[in-house]
Amino acid sequence: MPVKTYIEAIRDGIREEMRRDDRVMILGEDVGAKGGVFGVTEGLQKEFGEWRVLDSPLAESLIVGVAIGAAMNGMRPIAEIQFQDFILPAVDQIISEAAKMRYRSNGDWGVPMVVRSPFGGGVHGALYHSQSIEAIFAHIPGLRVVVPSSPYDAKGMIIAALRDPDPVLFFEHKRCYRAIKGEVPDGDYTVPLDRARVVREGTDIAVFSYGMMVHSSLEAVDRLAADGFSCEVVDLRSLRPIDREAIVASASKCGKVLIVQEANLAVSVASEVAAIIAEECFDSLDAPVMRLGGPEIPAMPYAPPLEQFYLVTPDKVEVKLRELAAY
Amino acid sequence: MALTVTMPQLGESVTEGTIARWLKQPGDAIAKYESIAEVITDKVNAEIPAPADGVMSELIAAEGTVVPVGQPICSIETAASGAPGGEGVGTSAPAPPLATSPAQTSQPPLAAPEPHVTETVASQAASPQATTTEQVGEETAVAPIQDAFAGATASVGSEVASASGGSSAAAAPASGGNGAGFHLTPAVRMLVREHGVDLSQITGTGIGGRISKKDVLEYVQQRDAGPGDTSRAPAGQAPAAAPQAVAAAPVAPPAPSLVGAPSAPSSGGEGDTVVPLTQVRKVIAEHMVRSRQTSPHAYVMVEVDMSSVSRIRDREKAAFEERHGVKLTYLPFVARAVIEALQRHPTLNASWSDAGIVVKRAINLGIAVALEDNLIVPVVRDADRLSVVGLATTMADLGARARSNHLKLDEIQGGTFTLNNTGALGAVMTQAIINQPQAAIMTMDMVVKRPVVVGDAIAIRPIMNLGLSFDHRINDGLQATRFVTAVQKLLEGLDPAGTLV
Repeated sequence: MPVKTYIEAIRDGIREEMRRDDRVMILGEDVGAKGGVFGVTEGLQKEFGEWRVLDSPLAESLIVGVAIGAAMNGMRPIAEIQFQDFILPAVDQIISEAAKMRYRSNGDWGVPMVVRSPFGGGVHGALYHSQSIEAIFAHIPGLRVVVPSSPYDAKGMIIAALRDPDPVLFFEHKRCYRAIKGEVPDGDYTVPLDRARVVREGTDIAVFSYGMMVHSSLEAVDRLAADGFSCEVVDLRSLRPIDREAIVASASKCGKVLIVQEANLAVSVASEVAAIIAEECFDSLDAPVMRLGGPEIPAMPYAPPLEQFYLVTPDKVEVKLRELAAY
Repeated sequence: MALTVTMPQLGESVTEGTIARWLKQPGDAIAKYESIAEVITDKVNAEIPAPADGVMSELIAAEGTVVPVGQPICSIETAASGAPGGEGVGTSAPAPPLATSPAQTSQPPLAAPEPHVTETVASQAASPQATTTEQVGEETAVAPIQDAFAGATASVGSEVASASGGSSAAAAPASGGNGAGFHLTPAVRMLVREHGVDLSQITGTGIGGRISKKDVLEYVQQRDAGPGDTSRAPAGQAPAAAPQAVAAAPVAPPAPSLVGAPSAPSSGGEGDTVVPLTQVRKVIAEHMVRSRQTSPHAYVMVEVDMSSVSRIRDREKAAFEERHGVKLTYLPFVARAVIEALQRHPTLNASWSDAGIVVKRAINLGIAVALEDNLIVPVVRDADRLSVVGLATTMADLGARARSNHLKLDEIQGGTFTLNNTGALGAVMTQAIINQPQAAIMTMDMVVKRPVVVGDAIAIRPIMNLGLSFDHRINDGLQATRFVTAVQKLLEGLDPAGTLV
């Protein structure tokens, strides 16, 4: 099986689906001629033409608004938001229109749209290019919010998202793009949009994470394994709907839990995971549920040492894991 | 700062109270004036309010313990003092462990409840009994569990002992070398319940000596792997003696006892269920194990021809019931004979102490009463001053109030000898466990008409087996047999035409 980068896996998935299904189109800032600021859509305009890979004005509300209209008229659009930081002007379209269409039309109308957007820090993006605001959308009924962490999942999930009859927010951690490589099958396959995955089995501590933080967690877990601690790492993959069953299974099995995310903790995905565990795994808990995330400060700083301070690194995960192991 | 809470004055003449139930466990947050414990005295049952905000750090007095007014019962880490979990508790003054070692014969005043006192708790905890009036008349049945159960009881002695302190109080014994006073996580509590684990056997490897889920699982695995292996138990500690007790009692049936169940419940066969241990069950179990481990039991049994008693009873019972409102059973006759025999053989009315055998002046006769889920032994004080009539009415009254949970504290304390009417339930041979710290317990089995040889003829006579379990430290077979035959002669020698005096 060929080994590919995360970014290549997404591009492969989009390209293959565009070849199979001519309703699939892309619109967004610089997605065409430039091939996207990170290069996800590189070469696609050349292959599919400028009407299926459409450079849009710098107006996110327009990008998502047009995508909603196109979706409701039979297209399968991908709206690319260049950075998750810029998605906020389109929140009205996403939350008040796309998320509610199925409900509002009594099931008659759906919005089969995928909003793709890179998020996360650690690339010296500073205030406007580093945010992790997925929790805003994970709160909203009517949306799917997915965050693949591996190239395999990235391809399988982008194809599944494009075939889903309702809006899917597809968030890509930008540090994964070129840092994460893995085996990716050629051809058509999908990965379910609502299932977490156990990426490492263990018995002592369950680590729940998503996106790039899965890789930080794995690195820390490997360090503990050397000392005889067996950690289970669960990649949530879907933030909405969240896979309660998988969370309960791993948390109950291990009794100790660490939830790792890059976003700050207040009212976040980690909060929801912790709440599920508190509700359903009380009798299995052998330590307080612990969370690790960004600090409660307004943004990721630019200065490298301060950026490092903000980020959740394998070192920080390791410290937390050792705290739990010793408990 | 640790704040010590003492037993409050709960009434003008009250000098002590029994801790019925802790409402807060170590690690629990406490608001000022919130109730932390239920206390029983002979006058009132009350809840003790917390004197300050804080966190419960240590239960000094175990449930069931009698604590004099003004003596410490628990300590609370007040809010200002910071962490309740780790070092704060570890540095507090050493206190008696909550889990009493089954074989402890010396009883630290706060740690080891007097048997009769714990019975109070048991009676309070027992649910109302659905007992018919018919039974009230016949009443007073089976004693502290039969001998057949004793071996298996002993085998889980350590679990049982800790279950009362360990799982409910959530504190590990300080003597076990594991950190005392920290809380148990839900996972550990669950495992303790599931596997019937004695926490004092486990050394916690968590922060500050906390017992983790892993610690319990590893312990259970080891325990279940090698039931005969006692090397894990700290040397010289009582629980290590438990398996030996089984070995020493080969006649005891092995597994299928009620107390044997908790040791390996979840691994049982399909359809097995685990009945959770009530406080009463734990107390009974602890008493039985302790009695068996304290006293070397020996047994003697005689047959008693109850013809005379039977004739008197048959003649008098209708009038007696009309006049006194209670049924006339065999019990007061036997009790009367026992009392007289005790006066002649005072070493049966005695207690063991290392300083010497304490021969009791008073004869306070305990009458075992079996309730559906409890055992209680109300005491007829100064029983030697009562006639058969006085004994009958007093015992009927005590029996009725035992069933309705209306016994007073001093009515279940201070027994010097116990009589157990096992015949009321139909038993014809019983070996009872001694009600500590007494010297013996007598069982009277069912009166059955049997062919017996009288002179050179065969006659049909009402025969009752009279059994005695005695502490062989205090008496030998000689004294015990003399005592039992004295009771026998007294009963057989009654004048059939005599009256009830």
